[in-house]
Amino acid sequence: MNLPDTGLVAIVKRDCETCVMTEPVLAALAAAGSLTVYVQDDPTFPESVPHDHDATLDVSHKLNIEVVPTLLLRENGQEVGRTFGWHKVQWRELTGLATLGEDLPDLRPGCGAKNIEPGIIEDLLVRHGETGLKSRRVEFGTQEDEIEALFDRGWSDGLPVVPPTEARVLRMLGGTARDPQEVIGKIPSDLADCTVEKVAINAVMAGCKPEYLPVVLAAVEAVLEEPFSMHGVLATTMFVGPMVIVNGPIRRSIGMNAKGNALGQGFRANNTIGRALQLVIRNVGGGRPQEVDRATLGNPGKVGFCVAEDEEGSCWESLATERGIPKGKNAVTVFAGYGLQGIVDQKSRDPESLAQSFAECLKAVQHPKLYQGADALVVVCPEHERTFREAGWSKARLYDELHARTQRLADEIMPGAGGVAEGTTAFAAGTMARKFRDGGLMIVRAGGGAGMFSGIIGGWSASGEKGSSPVTKEIKL
Amino acid sequence: MTTILDPTAERSVSARPRLARPESLEGLRVGLLDIAKTKGDIFLDRVEQKLTERGLVVKRYAKPTNTRPAPTALSQKIATEVDVVIEALSD
Repeated sequence: MNLPDTGLVAIVKRDCETCVMTEPVLAALAAAGSLTVYVQDDPTFPESVPHDHDATLDVSHKLNIEVVPTLLLRENGQEVGRTFGWHKVQWRELTGLATLGEDLPDLRPGCGAKNIEPGIIEDLLVRHGETGLKSRRVEFGTQEDEIEALFDRGWSDGLPVVPPTEARVLRMLGGTARDPQEVIGKIPSDLADCTVEKVAINAVMAGCKPEYLPVVLAAVEAVLEEPFSMHGVLATTMFVGPMVIVNGPIRRSIGMNAKGNALGQGFRANNTIGRALQLVIRNVGGGRPQEVDRATLGNPGKVGFCVAEDEEGSCWESLATERGIPKGKNAVTVFAGYGLQGIVDQKSRDPESLAQSFAECLKAVQHPKLYQGADALVVVCPEHERTFREAGWSKARLYDELHARTQRLADEIMPGAGGVAEGTTAFAAGTMARKFRDGGLMIVRAGGGAGMFSGIIGGWSASGEKGSSPVTKEIKL
Repeated sequence: MTTILDPTAERSVSARPRLARPESLEGLRVGLLDIAKTKGDIFLDRVEQKLTERGLVVKRYAKPTNTRPAPTALSQKIATEVDVVIEALSD
């Protein structure tokens, strides 16, 4: 960088109309004495003035240029004044030339400098060692395939991960206003401090966009709440993993899918947010299958399971709203859940019949004879919701009906009853047993317009106070 | 050459040797820890009976739930009150 000890320095770019407008002024300043011009983009601009091309943008970066044109005055190696955009009075004051730019308007705003454009600023911060990121740097050899190297180090969930370069992690951190070094909790099973930066690294690896990061952070915070019991959810031999349900306007702004294939593949936000959470558990917390994760079978959703509720298409209050989050706020709810059990009912056209169908299917969660073990989440599809809506059934009514209709006579679920040794002894003979604890059912509305297929996501045997309770957390941007 | 950021917690684990297994239980205080798994109590009742018959001092402990790590206070209590622990891990 060859900045003059004393003199004027201008930073311009061709792609800025104000810069182009000021070319005659720059020519006048050059003629009048010491002017050094750096151009950020087109190396031929400005044709009428001697200039250098700041091809690497290092000069602009070092000078903290945010707007072009910027004119600054240096004396004895120090900057003593600067103005940006075209501001006739300020340019005249800075240069001491009282008639400068006589033909130009008084004011003309400048343009954003190239060195602070997203995608460029991050590279500059990395090159100048100014990222502020604290994580250990890991260098791969020139012949090493990055994706393979990440597999080899055990940092993948079994699918390729995006290499978390410094520039990518910086861009990811742009998705939140939170301090990268803020510790958001201790991740089981290692109970390791987890910073916003570590979450961002894993979010990059999962394939998230920066705007998903607040959702991922909220999900991580939610699973760390004591009632969720993340350690137990991780370590259990049962199927469950943390499932994330997203509510609020952020669903739409980050492009989450709540319609066709709502629980399936094909939508980046849905698929990568859930994956990022699980990568945090794996990489920061050390929770790996066949190690602390003792799952016998697990479930495919343990790669990542994140869904959005179709609030706009629903006649009911959203899951987050019913759990205390004001309407219009963004929130995640985490649930220790496992794979999907379908509710196929194409014939019911009245709510009683349909609720009974739901109940019959819900009785089978985990086992038709296991009562008051697992919670369950019911995903109601549009065509089923229509039946409830047209009959005027509120969500509260549906909860009540499902609790009532899933009851069974205790005698039928005793060990040995029906020729099956498995069973429940918690209820006295002759009484009715409740399948779900109070608050043990959750209903969300999602899915494509056609098809009378709702779904049940079963929970952990240790649901509720003895194990895991769903946790809802507002998303901080 | 690509430089990436370490996605782990970057812990440096200090390995500590386990206490040597005692040659005999004679003279030792034995803790029995029920982690609240089904039927763990039945197993520990029988172990307690066997150990008591041998004249050993036995103390019983219980975790509130098997789904969470033991409360720190419980771990500290066990560590200060007995010399060895038998834990009923699973049903």
